[in-house]
Amino acid sequence: MSASRFAAWIFLATSALSAQQLTFEKDVLPIFQQACAQCHLGDASMGKLQLGSEETILRGGSSGPAIIAGKSADSVLVKRILGLTDGPRMPMGGDPLSAAQVRVIRAWIDQGSFSKGSTPSSSAVRSDVVAADSTLFASSVRPILAARCYSCHGPDVQQNGLRLDSLAAVLKGSDSGKIVVPGKPDKSRLVRRLLAQERPMMPYGGPALAESEVATIRQWIEAGAPGPDSNAPLPASKPQKHWAYVKPNRPNVPPVKNSAWCNNPIDNFIIAKLESEGLKPSPEANKRTLLRRVYLDLIGLPPTPEEVDSFVADKSADAYEKVIDRLLASPRYGERWARPWLDLARYADSNGYEKDNPRVAWEYRDWVIKALNNDMPFSEFTIEQIAGDMLPNPTKDQLVATGFNRNSMLNQEGGIDVEEYYWYSLVDRVNTTSAVWLGSTLGCAQCHNHKFDPFPQKDYYRMLAFFSNGEHHRAGAGDYFMSEPELQLPTPDQDKKNQQMLAQIEQLKVVLDTPTLQLSAAQQVWEKEMASSEKRWTILTPLRVESVGGAALAVQADASILASGKNPQADTYKLAAKSEPMKLAGVRLEVLPDSSLPHSGPGRDPDGNFFLSDFEMQIDGKPVIWKSSIADESQDGYSATGIVVKRAGQLSGWAIDSGDNNVWRRQVVFVPRDATDIPAGSTLTFTLRHEMRKTSRNIGRFRLSVSAIPDPAFIVKIPASLRLVLDKPISERTTEEQQKIAAAYRQVSRLLDGTRDQIASLKKEVDKLGIATAMIMKERQSFARPAAYVRERGTFTSPGELVYADVPSAFNPLPRDAMPNRLGLAQWLVSEDNPLTARVVVNRFWETLLGRGIVETSEDFGTQGERPSHPQLLDWLATEFMRNGWSMKKIQKLMVMSATYRQDSHVSEDLVSRDPYNRLYARGPRFRVEAEMVHDMALAESGLLSTKMFGPSVFPYQPDGVWDIPYSNDKWVQSSGEDQHRRSVYTFIRRSAPYPSLVTYDSPSREFCTVRRVRTNTPLQALTGLNDPYFFDAARALAKRLVSEGGATLADRINYGYRLTVARPATASELTKVTEFYSRELAAYQENKEAAWKTLNVKAGELANPAELAALTMVSNVLLNMDEAVTKE
Amino acid sequence: MDFEKDLSEELLKASTRRHFFRQAGFGIGSAALANVLNAADTASFTKGPMFPAKAKSVIFLFMAGAPSQVDLFDSKPTLQKYDGQNIPDEFVKGERFAFIKGKPKLLGSPFEFTRCGKSGAEISELLPHLRKVADDIAIVRSMHTTQFNHAPAQIFMNTGFQIIGRPSMGSWMTYGLGSECKDLPGFVVLVSGENQPDGGKACWGSGFLPSVYQGVEFRSQGDPVLFLTNPDGVSEKARRDSLDLLKSLNEEHLASNGDPEISTRIASYEMAYKMQSSVPELVNIHDEPAAIHEMYGTQPGKKSFANNCLLARRLVERGVRFVQLYHRGWDNHGTSSRDDIVNRLPTLCQETDQAAAALIQDLKQRGLLESTIVVWGGEFGRTPMNEARNRSKFLGRDHHPRAFSMWVAGGGFKPGITLGSTDELGYNIADDPVDVHDLHATILNQMGIDHTKLTYRFQGRDFRLTDVSGNVVKKLIV
Repeated sequence: MSASRFAAWIFLATSALSAQQLTFEKDVLPIFQQACAQCHLGDASMGKLQLGSEETILRGGSSGPAIIAGKSADSVLVKRILGLTDGPRMPMGGDPLSAAQVRVIRAWIDQGSFSKGSTPSSSAVRSDVVAADSTLFASSVRPILAARCYSCHGPDVQQNGLRLDSLAAVLKGSDSGKIVVPGKPDKSRLVRRLLAQERPMMPYGGPALAESEVATIRQWIEAGAPGPDSNAPLPASKPQKHWAYVKPNRPNVPPVKNSAWCNNPIDNFIIAKLESEGLKPSPEANKRTLLRRVYLDLIGLPPTPEEVDSFVADKSADAYEKVIDRLLASPRYGERWARPWLDLARYADSNGYEKDNPRVAWEYRDWVIKALNNDMPFSEFTIEQIAGDMLPNPTKDQLVATGFNRNSMLNQEGGIDVEEYYWYSLVDRVNTTSAVWLGSTLGCAQCHNHKFDPFPQKDYYRMLAFFSNGEHHRAGAGDYFMSEPELQLPTPDQDKKNQQMLAQIEQLKVVLDTPTLQLSAAQQVWEKEMASSEKRWTILTPLRVESVGGAALAVQADASILASGKNPQADTYKLAAKSEPMKLAGVRLEVLPDSSLPHSGPGRDPDGNFFLSDFEMQIDGKPVIWKSSIADESQDGYSATGIVVKRAGQLSGWAIDSGDNNVWRRQVVFVPRDATDIPAGSTLTFTLRHEMRKTSRNIGRFRLSVSAIPDPAFIVKIPASLRLVLDKPISERTTEEQQKIAAAYRQVSRLLDGTRDQIASLKKEVDKLGIATAMIMKERQSFARPAAYVRERGTFTSPGELVYADVPSAFNPLPRDAMPNRLGLAQWLVSEDNPLTARVVVNRFWETLLGRGIVETSEDFGTQGERPSHPQLLDWLATEFMRNGWSMKKIQKLMVMSATYRQDSHVSEDLVSRDPYNRLYARGPRFRVEAEMVHDMALAESGLLSTKMFGPSVFPYQPDGVWDIPYSNDKWVQSSGEDQHRRSVYTFIRRSAPYPSLVTYDSPSREFCTVRRVRTNTPLQALTGLNDPYFFDAARALAKRLVSEGGATLADRINYGYRLTVARPATASELTKVTEFYSRELAAYQENKEAAWKTLNVKAGELANPAELAALTMVSNVLLNMDEAVTKE
Repeated sequence: MDFEKDLSEELLKASTRRHFFRQAGFGIGSAALANVLNAADTASFTKGPMFPAKAKSVIFLFMAGAPSQVDLFDSKPTLQKYDGQNIPDEFVKGERFAFIKGKPKLLGSPFEFTRCGKSGAEISELLPHLRKVADDIAIVRSMHTTQFNHAPAQIFMNTGFQIIGRPSMGSWMTYGLGSECKDLPGFVVLVSGENQPDGGKACWGSGFLPSVYQGVEFRSQGDPVLFLTNPDGVSEKARRDSLDLLKSLNEEHLASNGDPEISTRIASYEMAYKMQSSVPELVNIHDEPAAIHEMYGTQPGKKSFANNCLLARRLVERGVRFVQLYHRGWDNHGTSSRDDIVNRLPTLCQETDQAAAALIQDLKQRGLLESTIVVWGGEFGRTPMNEARNRSKFLGRDHHPRAFSMWVAGGGFKPGITLGSTDELGYNIADDPVDVHDLHATILNQMGIDHTKLTYRFQGRDFRLTDVSGNVVKKLIV
């Protein structure tokens, strides 16, 4: 049956309906009237589609013709009804059509001929608006529409052609017609939609209008929809530009009453507002608390007791400032501040997605730490990361910096569209750039014009175009992923060795490929052996052949066996033969072509292939056990080895690469495990199985032979394709054939074994060098302006218009001397005209230090984000930041020097009720520290922390089973030595299985840019802090430290524990409580020394008196878990 | 009247309101904590059902890798008849497949179907136990999705969007409804089979919702919940003592500092202590009667789907809102005998069939099926054609997003029906298509939630599980 006839038959069920001629009016229109009338009949033509006549349906709506005559499956109408396209399912918001209704519609389309019915006349348009002198519209109606409807029907966006910002526009209506019938609110679609009497209900996707609001609108329509001038549009009512899209002006520092309190202008802005609210600031925090706060904020580690003491003792006026300068200069500073930046940069050590293979990216992480420590101006910091590769003669560091954008995930899952996922990485780069520098949700415009902010969809793709000109190519076997440039970063020594070894390998490869006289002499000997070996096999003539499944097996003149007739599933062939007596060295099975087989065989499946799963032999009933089975050719994954070597739970066997070359003879040689004699007169029996259930992949023609030669597999050590060439005399071979044979010989030549070994060991040596690499961006050599296609609805598969790289139209244009490329984008981001970058950055610093941003939604400065609590302070800080040459350390110093920052964080009841979230800053910040600090502090306090900086990511303790990932045998092998106790910024981050106890404290998986972490407080954190061996180890170490450094008495030790963990001695009451606890635990451990040894993780008896240290370990465990210990106060 | 001024004041009011609610979501730790662990105490923060709910809990048996619908639920005699023939061009012209190249050949199911129960639902011989509960389940043969690679399709089935970053259904549900269990997480994940699902932990991630709403994976090796067990040598008494001390120290600090966050921390440590006993008690299935073990085919201590099904019942008995089981291995491409239709698919069915059916029977006999929705299915379907990747000799099927089957039971879903159909080859949907968002909308509906109203504002937009679409499938529910 031909494919097309078959297809026709398939659709018989549908076409059966067409036997009776359907008519539009009788059969189809009633369905539309029932289900589609609200939006597509009469006056309503949503999406410009009218379903009232065949003609209008054929003409279609804004998505093109609704139907294609004769092709129901391809008709948009049917696809929409079945919900099989990207658009909404129809009826939108209503019940789906019944199967019977769908069948009728499909049959009507498939019958393909239409009566050209006339368009039903739309009802006369009313234009007799009652004129009334009233201000109702301007005063009451328009504010409602502005608040609730403008985002889709306002000056920027006009969904369905409707705008509601002037009386004329409201009266004009939408693409689907009028929405207001003056005097008749119940007939006005505006009202009906607001009340859900018509679908979709408005505001679309938002909460309904209040009853009073609807009443106002009704009242206005009832009055005849009057306005001051119903014919002329009102003066333009475009709302003023959103504050964040206007370049910050440096505000004046406000005068305040309590100017004595102010350390710097920040405080003026803060206290001005406090004074206006009638609030007073809190006093400065005590010195210990303040010191700990600023240590945690600037270097992410607590001060040592000595540092606390010396600060408390330092009565000089600039004692605090000296500390700050010291901390800002500490190498620990960069490690602490890299953390928030690496969240933004979505830095991780694996590719993400399904496979999530490890990647080498840490050079970028180290770059960030160094840049921060060097106080690289934020402008340079930006330009190098976005476009370091495009700077003139970029340095190694500037290239490494471009790793910022290479941190996008990479999908290596089988079967994906590689280009599509590369595109997703560009999408990620746009979204990340706009979140990090612009605090903007430009990502919303990937699929449609931004609903709230002034970003048309095209802007999104203009931004995407900046990133579209990077070098990339397909890589991996089968080109299964997209590779982007890497930079090798060998040390000079590594570089030298590497070059040497690569050169050596190249030389050796030349040896392998070079014919020599010696080799060709050896080849002649080999060829002779090959030719003569054929004669040393004895072909077996079958005495009896049988197919268990019922195929017909016939013995041919050349002693081969040909199968015909029935081709059963998983057939088994049995045959018997006699042989001369011999020492059996091998059995050969040849599979042979035959014109009677599909594609001339040698197998019987539709491709002429087969699957041989088992080959058994018995000599007089005694089974022969095989050592090996070697074939001259196998299909990938179906090696002949699988006939003999079986793995549990896996079915294996031999198939061949039949292709079109069915003239070749393929052979497999079976070698017995033990010395085997074939005595005179014995019977040999063979069983060939094709154990692939439910398939019929049986051999079509084959022949068996036996041999006593010492190396029976010799005969299969030449590709089947070359055997025909080998049979020709040398003089008759073409040059190409001669070269192929020589190459095939060199592959197996003993003379070259040494060379092959050398190459293998050199390759191992190269790997051992461990040359570091960095992922970098590199611009393609191109003179064209970078461009990208707009993707309709944000889908890769729907390319639309081509747009060229440019910045969003709502903002300042690219600087005059900037090219429209990545470098130009970077320069634009840090241009002083850019309204957002400086604000967004200082806001994030403020958020890190004070706990919440001045704009609390630090990820969204758009119209839907929070308004700034102190807009003028934000602008002052932003301008100050730029004025100071974008120095990050200077602006941070200003913040921590402020009286605002230095306030006590005590929360009074009055403040809880008046300002629960401390938005007015009448007190200091108090927050649980971030995940990395929870870890680093425990290590620092217990004395375990390593200060080693930089290098490959490390693997601290992690429970088994967390790295349980498909397609990967990677194991978490715990680091040794000091690498177990490095700062968390160096911990290996695998995106699909990030370090669990960091995640528990809200660290993100780094799959995407995270601007703001959530801050939770969960029982899982409690379990981690108490029981995670990482933390319990810290408790043990802390206990030892209390003994060795804390002093002689228990009280001293407890106090020392307090000073280490919370930078203050214990209160009397705390001391009593902890002492009581200690005594209780000590007594218990004295009773049970076994438990004490276990608690300390030492061998029984290793410590004579373990109870004391075990009890102190429990004390330490408590201290490390105190709320105060994990909180910045 | 100053229109501009009015407008900006309105906006300001709206944003203040939003500010408060957002803070309520995760700023006040106590609210967030209680929200996920103890719905009853936090009526003001937990939205709760929007209308009377049919169901209280969901158990989602996620068959990761995508089971073959044409070998399990969607019997296709025509496909059988044309087994081995090229599929007509009309079907595959312009189609994108994950692995199929060239002209694929049709592959009839090698397995038998029978009509079962009073309802006469067609179920494959590979699922003999499910056949016995055919009248309790609703089979949907007309599921379709937009994704045809595992990770994005699993993320889509779980979060309503193909790219990582949105909350999973369980997170939405605990966010919207809280949990009725006081000492266990409201959203629990259990994994068996070859490995983790391809989508990784993002399948049960909370996306932009606070992390308290993410699924807690109960591990089958080591501690069921990470770090649940006290360190060696630390007795339960010592732990209780230390928690008492900790509480007392924290309370003292609360008294002097006044930050309500401290009381949240105290509560979280107490909850941790409760979990230390409730979780081991929960996972200890030894105390179940022999008849139950026989029914599920459970073997205590083993990592198995059967054990997880039994645990799922124990979890919903205790009021846990959303339990998700993953069993991975259904990716039957036929590249070898380890992933083919003939050898591997029956093994997977053996691993899961009995326990899934037992779960339904067991819930039913306890009167819990009425209030528990059980969902079974994978991320997409499989092609009616043989994949023959690299000319593989083993029978297998490629990824197929256009049509696949799932089943649902309990929680007000119509028992004993089969919804939807596909064409003669099982390639395209013929009737009653149900997409992923429809399924989500319907499940939420049964839980008393209007899927268009359960929203969370993030990056300037109100997000929901069903994104911008989804219809409640009325034919599926009572």
